[in-house]
Amino acid sequence: MSEATGTTLFEQLGGEAAVNAAVDIFYRHVLNDYRINRFFDKSDMDQQAAKQKAFLTMAFGGPNNYSGTDMRTAHAKFVKMGLNDSHFDAVMEHLEGTLQELNVPEALIKQVSAIAESTRSDVLGL
Amino acid sequence: MTEQKIQLGEQSILCKADESLLDALLREQVDISHSCHQGACQSCLLRSLDGAPPIEAQHGLKEGLKQQNYFLACLCYPQHAMRIAYRHHSDFMTHGTVSAKQALNAETLLLTLDLDEALDYYAGQFVNLRRDDGLSRSYSIANNRIHSKQLSFHIRRLAGGRFSAWAHEDLNLGDRIAVSEPQGLCYYLPDKPDSPLLLIGTGSGLAPLAGIISEALHQGHRGDIYLYHGSSDLNGLYWVEEMQALAEAHANFHYHPCISSGEPPEHVFAGRANDVAFSQLSDLKGWRVYLCGHPDMVNNTKRQAFLKGASLADIYADAFHVASGSLD
Repeated sequence: MSEATGTTLFEQLGGEAAVNAAVDIFYRHVLNDYRINRFFDKSDMDQQAAKQKAFLTMAFGGPNNYSGTDMRTAHAKFVKMGLNDSHFDAVMEHLEGTLQELNVPEALIKQVSAIAESTRSDVLGL
Repeated sequence: MTEQKIQLGEQSILCKADESLLDALLREQVDISHSCHQGACQSCLLRSLDGAPPIEAQHGLKEGLKQQNYFLACLCYPQHAMRIAYRHHSDFMTHGTVSAKQALNAETLLLTLDLDEALDYYAGQFVNLRRDDGLSRSYSIANNRIHSKQLSFHIRRLAGGRFSAWAHEDLNLGDRIAVSEPQGLCYYLPDKPDSPLLLIGTGSGLAPLAGIISEALHQGHRGDIYLYHGSSDLNGLYWVEEMQALAEAHANFHYHPCISSGEPPEHVFAGRANDVAFSQLSDLKGWRVYLCGHPDMVNNTKRQAFLKGASLADIYADAFHVASGSLD
């Protein structure tokens, strides 16, 4: 099938290769952002990058095993550190910026944003 | 597909058809770190001891890990019997005889061992050296792969360091010492001969970097090679003339000795090695980066290199964790 209809968002974005291309750019943006970089442990960069990759895979509509509960548990300590909507917004900004940098069509960026946005309440423990 | 026998140390496990190796290990209550079950987090990294693992199980791993038959248990569906090991297993492979001892500076000793049998290692890896009573420490191999039966090490005397004090004072020419399998992922790979290399090391972190540089030049690496070797003062630097001579002999090798305190003489730079490096190099996109030395320096520099554009997959680091001060 040559039309994009019927293929998943993950496939339209280019699958895992696209995630790999995005992860370095996204993580570099995040670490450079003084508003949010305190939430990212800088002692083990490889492990951190792997987490960013898992997040991007999910946002790209790819295979993942993350439940809402996982998201809540993983972010609980950051909520205690003051994680709130403004920080979530900053991450969303970098996610969209990364995709724009990679020339992803605007319609697909909207879909990715919608998936990421759907985790907001779990991430912020609301 | 039928079930396959998996040997992990003393333990033998059967991996069922259509079951991932990670699931089989967990079913048998093997204590293995794991998290995402989908090849992203890489916490279930294992190593195949008899040949290449299934290629799908190496998905997303660094080249160096692939070459050494590392793989992810969660992506591994064994097609035949496997012998596997945790990330680091320290079987002592061979013995060496001390053939030379030379002072590099007041605190660092160049120790050369002639091995009973040739070791298959990569320049930049480390081995564990073990004394007769079992006391063992990790040291980086300081030479290239041409000398596979002769290994040299830079042994820095540490305050309260039992192994280093023994090596400096009581280890004699002709003495025997056990040598482990080579380990570590910070080593030269010849697959990108045109990419620029940045090597930053503090103190005896020069040892693996010197091995990597020597290997790169020997393999005809064409990209520029930048070495920043740092110490607090001039007494901590060594091999200055040797590295300068190497830089004169090879137009693509650039050597920068750095001291972080005191007034530097000509050809020596003022400041920490990583700060000097990043003040001179602005964009590391497409570079390979090698970092060896104090864990704080390594972690900070890794972040700096990444923010300067180096891809995380191209940053190789070896943090020297010091055993002295611990209770052993």
